[in-house]
Amino acid sequence: MIVYPEGVFYCHVEADDVAEIVEEHLLKGRIVERLLFKEPLTEETIPSYQDIDFYKKQHRIVLSNCGRINPESIQEYIAAGGYEAAGKALTEMTPEEVIAEVKNAGLRGRGGAGFPTGLKWELTRKTESDKKYLVCNADEGDPGAFMDRSLLEGDPHRIIEGMIIAAYAIGADEGYIYIRAEYPLAIERLELAIEQAQNLGLLGKDILGSGFDFDLHIKKGAGAFVCGEETALMASIEGKRGMPRPKPPFPSVSGLWGKPTNINNVETFANVPYIINYGAEAFNSIGTEKSKGTKVFALTGKINNTGLVEVPMGITLREIIYDIGGGMNQGKKFKAVQTGGPSGGCIPAELLDLKIDYESLQEVGAMMGSGGMVVMDDSTCMVDVARFFLSFTQSESCGKCTPCREGTKRMLEILNRICSGEGREGDLELLEELANHIKETSLCQLGGSAPNPVLSTLLYFRDEYEAHIKDKRCPANVCEGMGAVYVIDENKCVGCGMCARVCPIEAISGKPKEPYRINEDLCISCGACAAKCPVGAISQG
Amino acid sequence: MGCICGHDSESREKYLAPLKSILKKYEREERYLIPILQEAQGQYGYLPKDVLKEIASYLDLSLSQIYGVVTFYAQFHLKPKGRNVIRVCTGTACHVRGGAEVLKAIENELKIKSGGTTDDLEFTLETVACIGACGLAPVIMVNDDTHGRLTPDKVPAILQNYRAREKAAV
Repeated sequence: MIVYPEGVFYCHVEADDVAEIVEEHLLKGRIVERLLFKEPLTEETIPSYQDIDFYKKQHRIVLSNCGRINPESIQEYIAAGGYEAAGKALTEMTPEEVIAEVKNAGLRGRGGAGFPTGLKWELTRKTESDKKYLVCNADEGDPGAFMDRSLLEGDPHRIIEGMIIAAYAIGADEGYIYIRAEYPLAIERLELAIEQAQNLGLLGKDILGSGFDFDLHIKKGAGAFVCGEETALMASIEGKRGMPRPKPPFPSVSGLWGKPTNINNVETFANVPYIINYGAEAFNSIGTEKSKGTKVFALTGKINNTGLVEVPMGITLREIIYDIGGGMNQGKKFKAVQTGGPSGGCIPAELLDLKIDYESLQEVGAMMGSGGMVVMDDSTCMVDVARFFLSFTQSESCGKCTPCREGTKRMLEILNRICSGEGREGDLELLEELANHIKETSLCQLGGSAPNPVLSTLLYFRDEYEAHIKDKRCPANVCEGMGAVYVIDENKCVGCGMCARVCPIEAISGKPKEPYRINEDLCISCGACAAKCPVGAISQG
Repeated sequence: MGCICGHDSESREKYLAPLKSILKKYEREERYLIPILQEAQGQYGYLPKDVLKEIASYLDLSLSQIYGVVTFYAQFHLKPKGRNVIRVCTGTACHVRGGAEVLKAIENELKIKSGGTTDDLEFTLETVACIGACGLAPVIMVNDDTHGRLTPDKVPAILQNYRAREKAAV
């Protein structure tokens, strides 16, 4: 909780602490030291939230209201400057001017691919039709990403406002928000927000007396990752199996029910009110040459401060992980950061100073994606991570095109084999060959990007794959049943006997205070001993 | 033709009455298929064959087309589910923080595999790609409750809680 006006930040506050905060801070003006935030690396306590590194390095545009206003009150949103941009666009600007502003701002799609938003709007605007649709893609399916959920739960009116402006710009009178059914609270708040906006005449007929009509519906997804792909998403809205179709025709020409349709991601819409309110220059002064503005990342994994962070494009990974994220959990060693979910890749330590934007991430074999950022340490096996992502994309493959349906299955079989200690010579080359074919020939981006996690780990962590195949050993001790037996380092062993007690088949023997020994013929490579050893003396052969 | 529970036409009508009042809310258009299926499943707990047939005739779609949609989306079920539905998150953050161990612990505790339902219909165990609560990884959801920062040893107590609740409610 934050106490204003000083901005004093208390964390891990429980109900029992409230009395003390009221008594000491609110009545007597004394800060409750024990509840202040401690910087994980320096152990220094910091009273004001503006001075905490986690917040200091962030630049909050789309998240500016989250946690500050009551998301269930349209009045609070309006009091924070909400719907001003919609009013300005609808009453003072032509649709062409709105598009020009968004184009000048350099806003690009935040769903991952980074297509210029203004250009997309212009294409849909220029297609002549009696009916056009606007769709918000809130089918946030990437494991490890939750910014759309937080935005929809924390500031639903911002998305609605962005959609009103976009609908006006492209000339659509009907819109859909396609949202995962797994996000019940977000759906509830959106429904409420739409109702409130309708009651105030911000949705419906003749909005703000401008003569512009726009209606908005919510469409709940039914649990299919591929529906994040725009043509699949539209098939799903139409009530069909959510399978992609070839492009062209692009949705801007033929989308929902064959009508021109513009699809943008939640975070993209959330940026629009800011651009209209403050102008293109305010927005494009932030970021890098080709990637403007900020990006929200969902920072998770083996790191001290987890959560959503909104940072200017061009910030380095090191700043995000060490300054904002507070460094590695339990002081462990950083190994890699995975960005872009199942479509992205793993970035190793030597690239920590990479400035993040759409292009730079792609150059190193990763991807902006929806903005998931999972930090991994030494105890993470990179082969297992690649296998994890591939098993996800393989099970979510819709099965329409052969490269994705069959190719990912064969790749997964190879990875399973490697992780169970049965990898063969030539497997890595075969993986690469399959991966490149799948990338080039898949119908949609699910297949087109599915091999990325494998390719990027093969590029940066090939030695780990080789250890699995040649030495039958998992360097991170994650993959079970590799076959390689465990040994005790006699120089490190303190003779405590813990290993012997946990060994399920009594393969370990020795005398207290003297080095213990594992019987290689009996060892089943379960790893129980290594997990228990207090001095780290046990490892795989 | 009798319904799946072997009842006669009168009770079949009674069985389908809630579905009929759901259908009344929607126009006869394909675009409403998924919302209808979602509501019907909410009512019946799963999607029985007779329900699907009724929807097919209402929307003038073939049963095979509806079967295609039902089996495409992970949310829909053709078999009854347990009173408590456990969803184990297998997202990236949960994976690196030991979600697989938690899943194993639940499987051992309930003696069912992911996707299965216990014989007493108390629990159905599922995995989901990501709940979007990565900050709390590893996470499971039991019905609408989220349980975060789990370790395998916390599993039995959590499950017991739901068992106890069921017993207490009966």
